[in-house]
Amino acid sequence: MLPEIGQFSLILACILSLLQTVYPLYGVRTGHQGAIRSAKMFTVLQFIAVAISFVILAYLFFINDFSVSYIATNSNSALPWYYRLSAVWGAHEGSLLLWVFLLATWSIAVALMSKNLPVESMARVLAVLGLLAFGFYLFVILTSNPFERTLPYFPIDGRDLNPLLQDFGLVIHPPMLYMGYVGFSVAFAFAIAALLEGRLDSAWAKWSRPWTMAAWTFLTVGIALGSWWAYYELGWGGWWFWDPVENASFMPWLAGTALIHSLAVSEKRGVFKSWTVLLALSAFSLSLLGTFLVRSGVLVSVHAFASDPTRGLFILSFLILVIGGALLLYAVQASKVKSRGRYELASRESLLLLNNILLIAALIVVLLGTLLPLVHKEIGLGSISIGEPFFNRMFTILIVPFALFLGIGSLFRWKRQKLSELVKPILIILLLSLCSSLVFLFVFAPALTWLAMLGVFLGFWIIVSVGYEIYLRSTHRYSFIIGITKLGNSHWAMSLGHLGLAVMIIGITMTQNYSIEKDVKLAVGEHIRFEHYDFHFDQISALNGQNYVGTVGTFSVLHNQQKIAVMNAEKRIYTVQRMPMTEAAIDAGFIRDLYIAMGEQLPDGAWAVRIYYKPFIRWIWLGPLIMALAGFIMICDKRYRTKKQPLTDSKNETGEQNA
Amino acid sequence: MLNKRRILMLLVPFVIFIIGAVFLATPLLKGSDPSKLESALIGQPIPQFTLQDIFDQDKQYNADIFKGQKMLLNVWATWCPTCYAEHTYLNKLANQGLYIVGMNYKDNRKKAIRWLNELHNPYQISLFDESGLLGLDLGVYGAPETFLIDSHGIIRYRHVGDLNEQVWNDKLSSIYEEMQ
Amino acid sequence: MITIRHMFFYIGLLISLITLATHSAQAAIDTFEFDNVQQEQTFHELTKLLRCPKCQNQNIADSNAELAKDLRNKAYQLVKQGQSKEQIVDYMVARFGNFVRYDPPLTPATIFLWLGPLLFVIGGLLILFKQVKKNKTKQAALAPQEQQKLASLLKQHTKGIEK
Repeated sequence: MLPEIGQFSLILACILSLLQTVYPLYGVRTGHQGAIRSAKMFTVLQFIAVAISFVILAYLFFINDFSVSYIATNSNSALPWYYRLSAVWGAHEGSLLLWVFLLATWSIAVALMSKNLPVESMARVLAVLGLLAFGFYLFVILTSNPFERTLPYFPIDGRDLNPLLQDFGLVIHPPMLYMGYVGFSVAFAFAIAALLEGRLDSAWAKWSRPWTMAAWTFLTVGIALGSWWAYYELGWGGWWFWDPVENASFMPWLAGTALIHSLAVSEKRGVFKSWTVLLALSAFSLSLLGTFLVRSGVLVSVHAFASDPTRGLFILSFLILVIGGALLLYAVQASKVKSRGRYELASRESLLLLNNILLIAALIVVLLGTLLPLVHKEIGLGSISIGEPFFNRMFTILIVPFALFLGIGSLFRWKRQKLSELVKPILIILLLSLCSSLVFLFVFAPALTWLAMLGVFLGFWIIVSVGYEIYLRSTHRYSFIIGITKLGNSHWAMSLGHLGLAVMIIGITMTQNYSIEKDVKLAVGEHIRFEHYDFHFDQISALNGQNYVGTVGTFSVLHNQQKIAVMNAEKRIYTVQRMPMTEAAIDAGFIRDLYIAMGEQLPDGAWAVRIYYKPFIRWIWLGPLIMALAGFIMICDKRYRTKKQPLTDSKNETGEQNA
Repeated sequence: MLNKRRILMLLVPFVIFIIGAVFLATPLLKGSDPSKLESALIGQPIPQFTLQDIFDQDKQYNADIFKGQKMLLNVWATWCPTCYAEHTYLNKLANQGLYIVGMNYKDNRKKAIRWLNELHNPYQISLFDESGLLGLDLGVYGAPETFLIDSHGIIRYRHVGDLNEQVWNDKLSSIYEEMQ
Repeated sequence: MITIRHMFFYIGLLISLITLATHSAQAAIDTFEFDNVQQEQTFHELTKLLRCPKCQNQNIADSNAELAKDLRNKAYQLVKQGQSKEQIVDYMVARFGNFVRYDPPLTPATIFLWLGPLLFVIGGLLILFKQVKKNKTKQAALAPQEQQKLASLLKQHTKGIEK
């Protein structure tokens, strides 16, 4: 009975989402106040309906109801309860339910938290969100119903969750990532509403900025978690593979990063407005594209869902309607927008535009790199692969101007900057960053390479300029100690965000240049010396988990004759799917990771073992976490909580525009 | 006037999107599988090799066996379930008079012989490629694969996966007929 | 007889499908011995550059598939024979096509991989310069009186922002 209630609730949510679109828009058109205000109510109801549906599916997983085919294929009674719950989004159908549930969550958040948004704008925004939700509900109900039954012959036990997904990573990575993907729908809805209204002003930028920031923060965390998960779970030590599915998450991130910067310019200076709108449309469009790529099977990927052409066609049609419609609306309406702000070539505006150009160039690299193999085959030129060598080369080139301009960008004034004033600061930054990067490499790097020098220098260039800029700003009017306390949230957010990037650049540079990998043959009792570390293979023992068996190799690691770690590298066989898995042993550290993966046992009884030494790899994830913290600080800014003030603001702006 | 030009410029994202959508839609509508690769050896002769006959270790073959008439080269193995599925159809094609060479790929000789005895042998010649040497030279990346080879020993087409009536009628037969 | 065999076949098919569908997360570890560090380096670079044609989307270093193992062995043999990285890549491409290399060759289509971003950056910069120039001419076109007024307005505005 419960699955049917869940299903019914989902259908109800679908209908409510349609009402949420149609009725408020009718109200806006006719001026019917009741209809305009109904948007909020429908949003709340829709949320409740889909939440019921979601909770029911989770509960069915919890009680092992294998009469539901989705549960029978993706769970097992031997699975620990927390993985049973996270298995809800372990495959296509459930992850889509999570998607619509999160969409409803964002919608209700917008409905309840934007108190100073004019009711009509709110009605439009919610109507757009409703329409997006409607499309996805149809998709779930028509092509990917998670409540479908296996009756009358249901299995005694389920086929188990893919062992790769039986991990803490799955518990939090998809929800975070989806929060990001789906969150961009809010920026999208705000943009569409503004286009419909024909009112693209600073107020619009101000309203949509915290939402965009929130979505971007989630996406940043989501991607970083995914990378970390791949690193420790897949067993071959990589942290980014340039796989289509990863690229699918990276593209909205790049667009979103460009968007949060250009929104800042639009809000503060009233320029780049039509560009900002285009970015807002793109960020969510790319999220949709990602969903399509992951679920349609047009591309070959390591972590794609089971693909199905009908699902692909459905999403593609939806994509064409939503994105195509939005871009058409954009072409017609954005042509009416006039930028009033003026700026010179040497100004913060120009540099932020440059930042956007480089970010979108990077986006184009990823987009072309992901989709070109498809086109290449279709136009009869044959199958090709585009992978790490290409992407790494392009990003190495792009990051140089990006980091250089980013460093000094925050020193530039709005509108006009006398370049002569910057000569001294830039020289100081250059000198300091050169010195610090050399010292850093001298201490931490075994040898110097040009690429490593470049990367570390860029990282320190950003760090030093961030520090220098904070110093300049806080000593501008007060003494340093007082001044630094007067810096606003958004200033701290900017500095932290940039610092996060610097940390990440250094992490990537060190990992890429100085990682050492060795495949060795080791028997129990033997040891190998590797990068000043001695690895002793102490013993091998049997492993008995709740739903797997296997072997575990125990290694003790010595550094300068002192035991610093005992590492257990596992090889598991998951009993239901008979799938072997490597559980790498990782000794994590701030400046280096040691990583051991067990291979096969060789005929003479010894084991094939892979050992990695990965310097500064933690910084690759620390960076994004700092960026996410920056996003969080930004959202908490008081500016976005002041009441009613934006209203007057917006009126001024509109007047200006119509003039 | 100016406005029109502006709209045209702002239409650029839309146009790019539509072009992209067309490229995304075609493989879906055609139902093409991105994991299926075309052979790199189309238009090239069969690479040189020396392989044993599957039934008789003393009998050896080389690339010359592919000259003189057009034929099929079927790569198969007993560990490959799809090979089992297509075996009946291969028998049917052999009965129709097609010349088929079989290449047993990375397999066990005993098992392979039993398979051929039990399921009927559609192959005029059965090569035994235990180490996958010829397979590597042919760019074989899974079994079954079926190569269409003309009378000069030139590879004209490769089909990856199940060979059945539909595949044969839709695609392979016309290529086969056109070959010399 | 036939039915039993069929049953076995379907069970076999099922098992193989399951193993195909759940791509294995096993590290592919071999214990190759090399003559020198240079060879080892070349081999590692190669296994990261070459794509396993059978697998989902993995290089032959990461994949544990049978074919990836074969290709690693072949690459190892060729490295030991003293062949260069380029020679070995060409060897693989001759057999498996361009699909096998993660670094695509230059073709009429792949040229856009480089041209696309480049053209965008150039176009973006042009627009930026044009916009700045337009701003300047507009500013010049303003009457001096208006300019003064504007300047004072802007001053207030910037002050507001700094606050």
